[in-house]
Amino acid sequence: MNVPKEIEAEIDERITHYPVSKRSAALPVLHSLQEHFGYVTEEAVEWVAAKLDLEPINILELVTFYPGFRQSAPGKYHIRVCRTLSCAMEGSYELMEKLCQEAKIDRSEVSHHHPIAVSEDGKFSIEFAECLASCGTGPVCLVNDDFHEAVEPAKADKLLKQYD
Amino acid sequence: MSEANDKVNVQIDGEWHQFPKGTRMIEACRLAGKEIPHYCYHPKLSSPGNCRMCLVEMGMPPRPRPGEDPPKPDKDGHLPIQWIPRPAISCANTIAEGMGIRTDSQLTNECRHGVMEFLLINHPLDCPICDQAGECRLQEFSVEFGTGGSRFREKKVKKPKNVDIGPRIRLDDERCIMCSRCIRFCQEVADDDVLGFTDRGSHTVLGVHPGKELSNNYGLNTVDICPVGALTSNDFRFQMRVWFLKETNSICTSCGRGCNIIAGAREDKLYRLTPRDNNEVNSSWMCDYGRLNFHFLTSEARLTDPMILEHRAHRIARWSEAVGRAAEKLKEFDASKIAIIASGRMTNEELFMARRLGETLGIEKIAIVPRSGEADDYLVSADKNPNTRGARLILGKKVDKQLKEIAAGVKKGTITALIALDENLLKCGFEEDTLKKLDLLISSHILANPTASLSHVVFPSTATVAEKRGTMINRTGRLQRLNQAIDPPGQAMDLWEILRDLAQALGGSNGVYLLEDVFKLMAGTIKEFEGLSLGKIGDQGLPLLKPKESIPLLERERERIEKGIIVG
Amino acid sequence: MSKANAINYKKGKEPHAREYRLVFKNVDRKGWDPGIDCYLQDGGYRELKKALLMDPVDITEDVKKSGLRGRGGAGFPTGVKWGFIPPNNTKPVYLICNADESEPGTFKDRYIIHQDPHQLLEGMIISCFATGANLAYIYIREEFPEGARILEKAIEECHQKGFLGKNILKSKFDLEIFVHRGAGAYICGEETGLIESLEGKRPYPRIKPPYFPAALGLYMCPTIVNNVESLCNVKHIIAMGGDAFAKLGTARNTGTRVLCVSGDVVNPGYFEVEVGHITMGELIHDLCGGLKPGRKLKAVIPGGSSAKVLRAGEKFKIKKGDQEIEIGIEDIPMDFDTLMACGSMAGSGGVIVIDDSRKASWILNNINEFYAHESCGQCTPCREGSLWMKKITDRITRGEASPDDVETLESVAFNIDGKTICAFGEACAWPTESFVAKFREEFLADTSEKYDDAILNPETELAAAHLSSET
Repeated sequence: MNVPKEIEAEIDERITHYPVSKRSAALPVLHSLQEHFGYVTEEAVEWVAAKLDLEPINILELVTFYPGFRQSAPGKYHIRVCRTLSCAMEGSYELMEKLCQEAKIDRSEVSHHHPIAVSEDGKFSIEFAECLASCGTGPVCLVNDDFHEAVEPAKADKLLKQYD
Repeated sequence: MSEANDKVNVQIDGEWHQFPKGTRMIEACRLAGKEIPHYCYHPKLSSPGNCRMCLVEMGMPPRPRPGEDPPKPDKDGHLPIQWIPRPAISCANTIAEGMGIRTDSQLTNECRHGVMEFLLINHPLDCPICDQAGECRLQEFSVEFGTGGSRFREKKVKKPKNVDIGPRIRLDDERCIMCSRCIRFCQEVADDDVLGFTDRGSHTVLGVHPGKELSNNYGLNTVDICPVGALTSNDFRFQMRVWFLKETNSICTSCGRGCNIIAGAREDKLYRLTPRDNNEVNSSWMCDYGRLNFHFLTSEARLTDPMILEHRAHRIARWSEAVGRAAEKLKEFDASKIAIIASGRMTNEELFMARRLGETLGIEKIAIVPRSGEADDYLVSADKNPNTRGARLILGKKVDKQLKEIAAGVKKGTITALIALDENLLKCGFEEDTLKKLDLLISSHILANPTASLSHVVFPSTATVAEKRGTMINRTGRLQRLNQAIDPPGQAMDLWEILRDLAQALGGSNGVYLLEDVFKLMAGTIKEFEGLSLGKIGDQGLPLLKPKESIPLLERERERIEKGIIVG
Repeated sequence: MSKANAINYKKGKEPHAREYRLVFKNVDRKGWDPGIDCYLQDGGYRELKKALLMDPVDITEDVKKSGLRGRGGAGFPTGVKWGFIPPNNTKPVYLICNADESEPGTFKDRYIIHQDPHQLLEGMIISCFATGANLAYIYIREEFPEGARILEKAIEECHQKGFLGKNILKSKFDLEIFVHRGAGAYICGEETGLIESLEGKRPYPRIKPPYFPAALGLYMCPTIVNNVESLCNVKHIIAMGGDAFAKLGTARNTGTRVLCVSGDVVNPGYFEVEVGHITMGELIHDLCGGLKPGRKLKAVIPGGSSAKVLRAGEKFKIKKGDQEIEIGIEDIPMDFDTLMACGSMAGSGGVIVIDDSRKASWILNNINEFYAHESCGQCTPCREGSLWMKKITDRITRGEASPDDVETLESVAFNIDGKTICAFGEACAWPTESFVAKFREEFLADTSEKYDDAILNPETELAAAHLSSET
């Protein structure tokens, strides 16, 4: 695995935020790697463990616990649709369905262990996320780091067009 | 602080008791004769309080509100108890003055029933083919707190089965109840942070990182402390149902530590060794090497009959004939020409009988074969003989050094007769050619070996592990008892018996009939044993000699007890 | 508020007349930006300067006097929490801002973080000074990536202005604040789970006792974990004094509260009001524009999805002075104590309004799915029970459940409630307990006795499968 120098420098800087215990930097380091590589590979787990003087299992324990870390490659644009109550009441399931239709994503294989579905062309990937804390403006979703609120299911195509 | 101040008054199921300050609730209840069911709690490990099986109803004296009168004590001086509606875990909480605990109340029982049901809903009910059956804590507590049927109508969570997590251990994740005992053992005791939980919630699975394995020399302890059938030993699984095993308390003889063990056997076959608690020796653990070092008992090379060399070939002989032949031959030698090679693997009683034989014949050259290897930072001692200290006490301090002199004597021809007890001389400085020069070689062995092949008389002896009774002194000077779990194969006999018979054949009746007689003689001869008997030693052994080394694992455990991390 | 007149808000985002904007003063403000210059022009960091001249003990006293109760969910008095740091402590003290806002129905911290980060930082710096913390973290949920960047920029700006770093404003007080991003776990909102997460471990909540954060928190040192809104309030307590702050709201329920309303109302959103000064009915009908046309109120979840649901038409007995009076759902004043007296809680301030177009089982199933997904899995009742409840409600919504299942569902919740390591047990049990108790007939109507004997996954089949796979 080739971690670019500037990413490693950023990681090293992040580690200094935790003067008491390097282990505390596990999440920030994983975030940096995921931002760069798109997901957390097995190699990345071992890289982080070595970086923080930990056993790889210590890192795998985290990567598999937090849904914020992906273990498979997402699309170029990764969509997270809020599934939780207020958004569901405003139509987040319909939004999910529409987005999948528009982006040609097949979610039939999605399971607890494989929550992410990727479009055939690899451009979009999608998953349900639990409460994104914008319950007053549902349904909401994140596309990569962009937050979108009050996304009417009927306008799913419009949302995707922003990422052409 | 006076003694009274160190004690805390606690009411358990209506009865008041006193326990030392800092006692965990679960331990206080145990001392009061009330076992609290539990899964995650282990006195030698930290307490995460995750299984929730040990929840109990708990109460404290009421705290008066401002302006309210303080509660009045009863005639015995105890304050009333205000019971708390929320149950408390008894494993991690310590007792407090005036506390009340109900181990059999409606609330406590509801908690236990609830937790039992939860633990079983996703657990495969494959007890008939589960290796843990018979010693499974789920089964055990199901009897008291389970129900006949299941209300669970859903699909169970699927998890990995039959996972190879190391050379000696197999994992069934569906059976795992996530108590984390094994993880904590690896982290806290074995310093091998190799196990972990991945995923989360109901999907949580125990495992090792891909490419890593649980292979440390203490790994099998995780199988012992696993309360269910999630972790099983490759060596023991499917060999025998545990309820058929006859359990015998003994000690491990693979090194000078003398870890206390339970030998599990059925019909003269030993199936497993498991550690037995002894906080002065091995805590609750033992190494995998010692644990598995018993399969040679059923080796094809096992000697089962006495043998006599005649016409360049060994033939089977009766005991009386073999002993007679050996005695007859020994009489032909001047004592100065005879030497005895004893073993640090022999029991004190056997060593004492070797000494008696030497005294009977006037032999001065007596040695043991030193065995040193690597110590680890846990339990394993560098001394691979289980009873070096016993040998030095009984045979004298020179026993280690005399081996070289004897080897030289044999080479020079000044020693022409040799008695070798349970030692293969070719592995301790003797050469085949020189041994061939000997006029007489008498030896005892557990397994056939080149020394036996060269011997004029060969005695089949019993193995220290599981086959004999006796005592040994470990590296820390503790006198401990071995007990016999199985009958030895064929005609094999304990060395103390062989030596008794030989001495008798040489010098007439010596009044030794039982092992107890040997111990009595020993206690009358060697001052360290004065006043002792096999019975007095007990299952936990006795400190006899000054410790020659400290036990790293115990040192660290004591530190954790001091810090209150573990109960100990 | 005299100044309120001078503040203009963006069109369509103007606060309701019943609101009292304190913490949300700058949210949706015209011409406002999250930069430090904007904040300073508005008198920002004045309270920090004032606080640094005070005795830290007096600040804690002021916070105690203010009666401020934690805004994260539990409603525990903030000043009392600070006071739990052992008096003879020699270890370092840490302060953690809990910005893991994740209780469904709650969306207040989002706006503070994104629009007014310096208010939070000022409150934090003052709180660190008061508690003696020289290192603090903002644990922000991963789903706020922009928020994390805004906070990091704000911290950088503070360093430039000398509000952070060594010898802050020549007070000899040193402080570093770092932003720590979570990774999508509700359990990290539980303070000991958050601490474990910050230590780089799985966020398994710790048992209490012995691990009360104020004594044995981050790295086993005294640690104060406060919610974003709580910390912002500290700034205002310094500004007006604890006694004056205590006059806002009602007795024991002081200050303001940002209520987040979502669900079936015309105008969902956030409303900062004096605690207890408006009723549920006023909130729904006056501030939120009422229910959608033609709809009737069915129920309200008043404090985040873990709060017990209140049913329209239910009667609640509460104390008013010395008298016990009976009130309806719309009469409930939105404060900690009354909502508790009504059998629910003010929680995190997330109010979810449910109208008569919704099925109770559908709502509960959605909530159960959330908690089953978020259970950390450390302790037995919650790990096993949360998913079991979800599986049962799933069948109820599909019409594949028997009446027995409703009873089982309820008892599963009872078997979780009060028996877990952390409050998640209650959080996941209360929705089921309350929905089943209050909508039992509706649940039962969705079931059929023909499913009485339906065992979806017969044990015998499983056993057979095991036998064949093992041999």
